[in-house]
Amino acid sequence: MDLSAISPTLLVASLMVAATPILLAALGELIVEKSGVLNLGVEGMMITGAICGFAIAVESGSPVLGFAAAAVGGAVLSLIFGLLTQILLSNQVATGLALTLFGLGLSSMLGQGYVGLRPPSVEKLNFGPLGDIPFIGPVLFNHDWMVYVTLLLCVGSWVVLKFTRVGLILRAVGENHDAAHALGYKVVKVRLLAIMFGGACAGLGGAYLSLIRVPQWTEGMTAGAGWIALAIVVFASWRPLRVLLGAYLFGGVTVLQLNLQAAGLAIPVEYLSMSPYLITIAVLVIMSAPRKGGKSRASLAAPACLGRAFHASN
Amino acid sequence: MKRRTILAGAVAALAMTSGAFAEDKTKVGFVYIGPVGDGGWTYEHDQGRLAVEKEFGDKVETIYQENVPESADAERVITQMALSGADLIFTTSFGYMDPTLAVAAKFPNVKFEHATGFKRADNVSTYSARFYEGRAVQGHIAGKMTKTNKVGYIGSFPIPEVIRGINSAYIHAKKANPDVEFSVVWAYTWFDPAKEADAATALIEQGADVILQHTDSTAPQAAAQKAGNVITFGQASDMSEYAPMPRVSSIIDNWGPYYIARTKAVMDGTWESTDTWDGIAPGMVGIGEISDAVPADVKAEALALKDSIADGSYMPFTGPLKKQDGSDWLADGETADDGTLAGMNFYVEGIKGDIPN
Repeated sequence: MDLSAISPTLLVASLMVAATPILLAALGELIVEKSGVLNLGVEGMMITGAICGFAIAVESGSPVLGFAAAAVGGAVLSLIFGLLTQILLSNQVATGLALTLFGLGLSSMLGQGYVGLRPPSVEKLNFGPLGDIPFIGPVLFNHDWMVYVTLLLCVGSWVVLKFTRVGLILRAVGENHDAAHALGYKVVKVRLLAIMFGGACAGLGGAYLSLIRVPQWTEGMTAGAGWIALAIVVFASWRPLRVLLGAYLFGGVTVLQLNLQAAGLAIPVEYLSMSPYLITIAVLVIMSAPRKGGKSRASLAAPACLGRAFHASN
Repeated sequence: MKRRTILAGAVAALAMTSGAFAEDKTKVGFVYIGPVGDGGWTYEHDQGRLAVEKEFGDKVETIYQENVPESADAERVITQMALSGADLIFTTSFGYMDPTLAVAAKFPNVKFEHATGFKRADNVSTYSARFYEGRAVQGHIAGKMTKTNKVGYIGSFPIPEVIRGINSAYIHAKKANPDVEFSVVWAYTWFDPAKEADAATALIEQGADVILQHTDSTAPQAAAQKAGNVITFGQASDMSEYAPMPRVSSIIDNWGPYYIARTKAVMDGTWESTDTWDGIAPGMVGIGEISDAVPADVKAEALALKDSIADGSYMPFTGPLKKQDGSDWLADGETADDGTLAGMNFYVEGIKGDIPN
């Protein structure tokens, strides 16, 4: 065993990259759930974003266009979910699950001609002298631009939810759609916009996988990341900055366990492999445990109208 | 009422068409662990399927199912294939072993072929390739090429097939370079591009400049390419889109001839339960072109090693060899028998770390 082979600097740097796709997807889902909609189709939207982004980036040679296409692809797919659940009032859980299956199938169809191709590479941003600061330089100032966009998006969501009127309306719709409706807010419209935002974020997360982290297209490449994103939203008790924490924790444990294995740590590998999931489950259990008043932390933090259908004539 | 009549009619029509098909065509089913577009293991099996279609044309109909988990789902999928009239079913992953046998017991008239397993029945054959022969060639190149003396190995599951590959690669890397060290990372998946890429990155960050993989996607190749000065080997498929660097050579599974022969046997009624384990010599294991990134002398040595394995003059597991714990395994000049190889559950001397149970 040689733990000195693990460089903390490189570890933190690769943790940030490993966490970015789930962070994006979880952030989108957080906004969706804050508006009172439960969309279980994150996995499907991610993988659709992954192939849309990959295809456009390969065809146009521009990763930026690729990411834009991924956001559009994810948003369009989520709009199907939005129309079904908000206009036609279908069951959100079932529709979300169907969306995941649909997205997986659709993406493998779209991806037929893109197997084995290489996307245009995304350069790391150059911050000049900042990148030379020991530890902080490689950790903070040596990434591709999507990492920073994601961080900005995270802080932005927090600011919007906490300090702006838009955030207030969004939360009102999620907490009590009847009251919001009575006040004259367009509940369905707000929710549709939130759903599309969630779809766009999931699409970006998928494209980050196919364009930067892996980078290539293979069917089923998200391999469950969307489900982790869903868990992280609950883990974070619906708060953007805790989503960041949760995603980094999950990404960190994933990267760390591979590094520990490579360094030959004596802990049985099975435990290392399951550790990210175990920690996620453990936190979810703690979150869901009833507190004094009888309600769990998670159910207190959850938007009151989460998963409930709204119709103006109710 | 009316709708029901239409439905019944449609079902009857469907049954008739599929019945008509079944009469004159041999139906061959394939069960895949990953997507056909994985660029590795499943891709090559699907190439085999296409070779069968090409060989027999109208006389054969092939069906396949991708992304079948090695769980209760496998049994359901295989059963479904048998019910749909398949005459011959290839199940192409180690974890399909027990499901294949369970379904085979229920359909005695359907022939089954299970890849990489060791359990057979009257209507279940097994087949596999001696990938460890290819691993020997890779190990030699890896030992010669590494500058950091650290070779990273991404394992899927700790099963004999994978352990055999690690041992074979290590023995030949060590022969080429006595200072070489192997770090093994178990990914616990056959196919998860993101995880495979992370595993490769972790190994590279810890100083490995050669990455060997026993997982199915090309993600480790992409990770190595991003890192620069790291070499890799194509796994199961040539992965030539990553040549000449990082991919310097590859092991190619060539299933087509076997699939054609077995389909022919079913057509002729000569199919019997057999155990096939072929290597470089019959062409089931191919060595992909060694790229220009490898120095000419190393390339020549690697090809000589390949030829000596092919003509039978050299066996990759030849003594003296000790097990990891220092106990004797093979005496000088002794070669390993197939039984030991098929159930290999130990590292050879020199590899650090434990095999997970």
